[in-house]
Amino acid sequence: MQALYAQLLVGLINGSFYALLSLGLAVIFGMLNIINFAHGAVYMMGAFVAYFLLNNTYLSIGYWPALIIAPIVVGIFGMILERTMLQWLAGLDHLYGLLLTFGLALIIQGVFQNYFGSSGLPYAIPDYPAIGGFHGLQGGINLGFMFLPIYRGWVVIFSLVVCIGTWYLIERTRLGAYLRAATENPTLVRAFGINVPRMITLTYGLGVGLAALAGVLSAPINQVRPLMGENLIIVVFAVVVIGGMGSIMGSIVTGFTLGVIEGLTKYFYPEASNTVVFVFMVLVLLVKPTGLTGRAA
Amino acid sequence: MKNSISALLLGTALTLASAGFAFAQDKTVKIGALSDQSGLYADLGGPGSTLAAQMAAEDSGLAAKGWKIDIISGDHQNKPDIGTAIARQWFDVDKVDVIVDVPNSGVALAVNNVVKEKNGVYINSGAATSDLSNAQCSPNTVHWTYDTYMLAHTTGQALVKAGGDSWFFLTADYAFGAALERDTAAVINANGGKVVGGVKHPLNTSDFSSFLLQAQSSKAKIIGLANAGGDTTNSIKQAAEFGIVKGGQKLAALLLFLTDIKAIGLETAQGLNFTETFYWDLNDQTRAFSKKFAARMKNGAPPTMVQAGVYSGLIHYFKALDALGGNPHDGVKVVEKMKSIPTDDPLFGKGEIQPNGRTIHSAYLFEVKKPSESKGPWDFYKLVGTVPGDQAFTPLSESKCALLKK
Amino acid sequence: MTAMTDDTIRVTPRAMRDEIIAFCAMAGLLAIVPLTGIYPFFVMQALCFALLACAFNLLIGYGGLLSFGHAMFLGTAGYVTAHALKVWAVPPELGILAGTAAAAALAVITGLVAIRRQGIYFAMITLALSQLLYFVYVQTPFTHGEDGIQGVPLGHLFGIFNLANSTILYYVVLAGFLFGFLLIFRTINSPFGEVLKAVRENEPRAISLGYKTEQYKLLAYILSGSLAGLAGSLKVLVAQNASLTDVEVAMSGQIVLMTLVGGLGTVFGPVVGAFVIIAMQQYLAGFGQWVTVIQGCIFVACVLTFRRGVIGEIAHYFRRSL
Repeated sequence: MQALYAQLLVGLINGSFYALLSLGLAVIFGMLNIINFAHGAVYMMGAFVAYFLLNNTYLSIGYWPALIIAPIVVGIFGMILERTMLQWLAGLDHLYGLLLTFGLALIIQGVFQNYFGSSGLPYAIPDYPAIGGFHGLQGGINLGFMFLPIYRGWVVIFSLVVCIGTWYLIERTRLGAYLRAATENPTLVRAFGINVPRMITLTYGLGVGLAALAGVLSAPINQVRPLMGENLIIVVFAVVVIGGMGSIMGSIVTGFTLGVIEGLTKYFYPEASNTVVFVFMVLVLLVKPTGLTGRAA
Repeated sequence: MKNSISALLLGTALTLASAGFAFAQDKTVKIGALSDQSGLYADLGGPGSTLAAQMAAEDSGLAAKGWKIDIISGDHQNKPDIGTAIARQWFDVDKVDVIVDVPNSGVALAVNNVVKEKNGVYINSGAATSDLSNAQCSPNTVHWTYDTYMLAHTTGQALVKAGGDSWFFLTADYAFGAALERDTAAVINANGGKVVGGVKHPLNTSDFSSFLLQAQSSKAKIIGLANAGGDTTNSIKQAAEFGIVKGGQKLAALLLFLTDIKAIGLETAQGLNFTETFYWDLNDQTRAFSKKFAARMKNGAPPTMVQAGVYSGLIHYFKALDALGGNPHDGVKVVEKMKSIPTDDPLFGKGEIQPNGRTIHSAYLFEVKKPSESKGPWDFYKLVGTVPGDQAFTPLSESKCALLKK
Repeated sequence: MTAMTDDTIRVTPRAMRDEIIAFCAMAGLLAIVPLTGIYPFFVMQALCFALLACAFNLLIGYGGLLSFGHAMFLGTAGYVTAHALKVWAVPPELGILAGTAAAAALAVITGLVAIRRQGIYFAMITLALSQLLYFVYVQTPFTHGEDGIQGVPLGHLFGIFNLANSTILYYVVLAGFLFGFLLIFRTINSPFGEVLKAVRENEPRAISLGYKTEQYKLLAYILSGSLAGLAGSLKVLVAQNASLTDVEVAMSGQIVLMTLVGGLGTVFGPVVGAFVIIAMQQYLAGFGQWVTVIQGCIFVACVLTFRRGVIGEIAHYFRRSL
């Protein structure tokens, strides 16, 4: 039973990565109607930017500032992509957005691979600030049923805060209302004097920034390597579909749920832990065609 | 078309002969370095393997004896069908005589069949599968550097003897993972240890915490990592995070390369035990070669054991060519010659190629240094033990190779 | 899904004539390949992928159904054929038949599940089903995991044609390709094909006209899956191995790319796309590490500048249907 508690908690931690990534994907799909296949690549870029900030001899910027700087840098990069390429695809079939971003992912991953090789780079868990007996987020606490690394606890709490913040921004603020209105009826919103293309660019930047943030968060846990996002994208995409395409809350809830389901599978039938998400997806789509909370596509 | 070319060649030959030239032997040879140039194995093979092949050609001294050596390279993208297509084209169109490197067991076995069919020479350095010199051995194939049996045997035996008598496995749910686990478990049991549990995880798992928790609660003294690449580095990194090594359990990576250690960083990797057959800092000769090699690599990296294996395998191949004096195009004949000469080169030392195609050389058990012990950017390993070749690799009595039954 | 194909061109008798001329030209060109000194293995491989892309194109270009799991048919047929030839030692014609039949059976089962959803949800269900199948193939011992089934013996087709001879093998593969291609060509120009196109354009309307659209879509799906299976079986003869890479999601993605590069919903587009992509794999190999970057650039350029694909753009320029 104790082992089960541990697996549930570990699942929740993984779920927070899925939630953050699928949140960004859902925001982009909901607002731009684009399936962003470059999401795994920008996630990887987030981790790499954190690495550069730390290892550049002039900057030597640590983990905490990187949490803010990296998403901004990658977000700007995303906005440039949107301005120069993605915006030309407005109104076309989903497939073209998917293929364009897939091509972009190949280019980004390929360039990183050429310069940094495939095995990756080290990034340590931050050891500052030192408060009491703790060194930053290093070490762990014994919960009785398991040893919980402090860093993992931080990941869950931090991503929950970011997820709820994003949900609030889009569903509960005036800015979010404009955004949602702009996707429903861009002409009408433009008539109100709102710069719709700029809002779309900013939204893409936000979605990409969220992925980069997940990248920084995962840098101390996973190897920082060019292909780190390659296998994640399909799973995250499945999360968005299960949650209901474009639904913000749906993808957050599904992200965490799926983490837990996967965690349990890792305990009872580890071989299938990468496959369980797809079983879950088929079941959900057969019972509820538009996903758990989705509107009609 | 063909006729006119051969007529032309005949004409040239006659002119040369009349000019007093000795034109008895065909002394051109073409090498194909087939590797993963852009994926998972690009760091440990890839462009470095092509460089190693070039250096072998330069160091062989054959150019001075009138030989002409060409090298081409290709990217098999870790797909068996692409690997076989390139290999076929190399033999049929480009007239390649020998294929080297080929990491990734699936591609390696596929190429093995093509080389046999085309009667070329195959010096594999990159693949782990021991089937290349066992169930699927071929008279055209030499397997250099390492295989799953050797890795399992060397690491398993050393750690059990050092007191690590209870094991828990984290195994990649793939054929090579299963082979590593099976061979290691056999060694553990034979030496009086026991396997208390294990999990099979899917390939390319990014989070290992669930599995590590299971390993932790098993109370096994050693956690054996029967996986590769990103899976291994992530398990090691996360094991440190969960305080596994600090809690008294020890990690044993069954397949780990120099580039992996670089990727994890010494802070996290320190104390790790594993087996390799080559390290750049072993002796004066390996240091001299590695210095030359690193100077020509884009990122200044010293050779991995796979790249070193490409070099050594080719050096031995060139010795066989020299002994034959020419006509290098009959693969079986060249490989027979290679088997008849004992191997001796600056990187792997003295050894031999067994009748099943397995090259026998020493294997080394290493431990990763503490950050304070490391004196340079690639100074990672401490040598803790040497296993002579005849004890490290599959004994011929256990080999299922059909070539041995003659 | 309407933006994908060019609807301005109608299939008229004249367009039909263009297509028949183009087909004869293609068949003629392909038939003389062994005489030209072009390396036949490259063309054989490309032909297998061309058939695969054509089968996929039948589903998306004419049925409006984007399958993201077509690799499962390729891989399943490949494994069954390889196993039948190597372990059961059956003659090649039976091996091909067994592989294609297995893919057809798989298409019936998965089709019944997948066809109930449309658009992106259909794509996701096919993706999920192919991932499940991938898992099955990792687990079952007969596939030998990542090592694959190696050294598949070829034998004699119908007891006469020795497939070890690469020229004979070439014509066998070509025959298989042309058979599949003509079957698709016939299908899209039949009343069945017309209904399929009507379903793609406006399914509710087709239903209101009294068509049982689900049955049409299922039939198209099964035909597409079976022909993809035929491609998989032929590919085993060419590569002499069957491996997990053929069932991977990356393979499914590659099928989509081939079709897109050539031209979605065009008759000859997928063939051209397959040749372009396979040629890229083969001849860009010299660029080593830059291959993925170059591929990425081509896809980006393709989406941004010639969205109709190579054949689609040509057809559009000449206002013809190809």
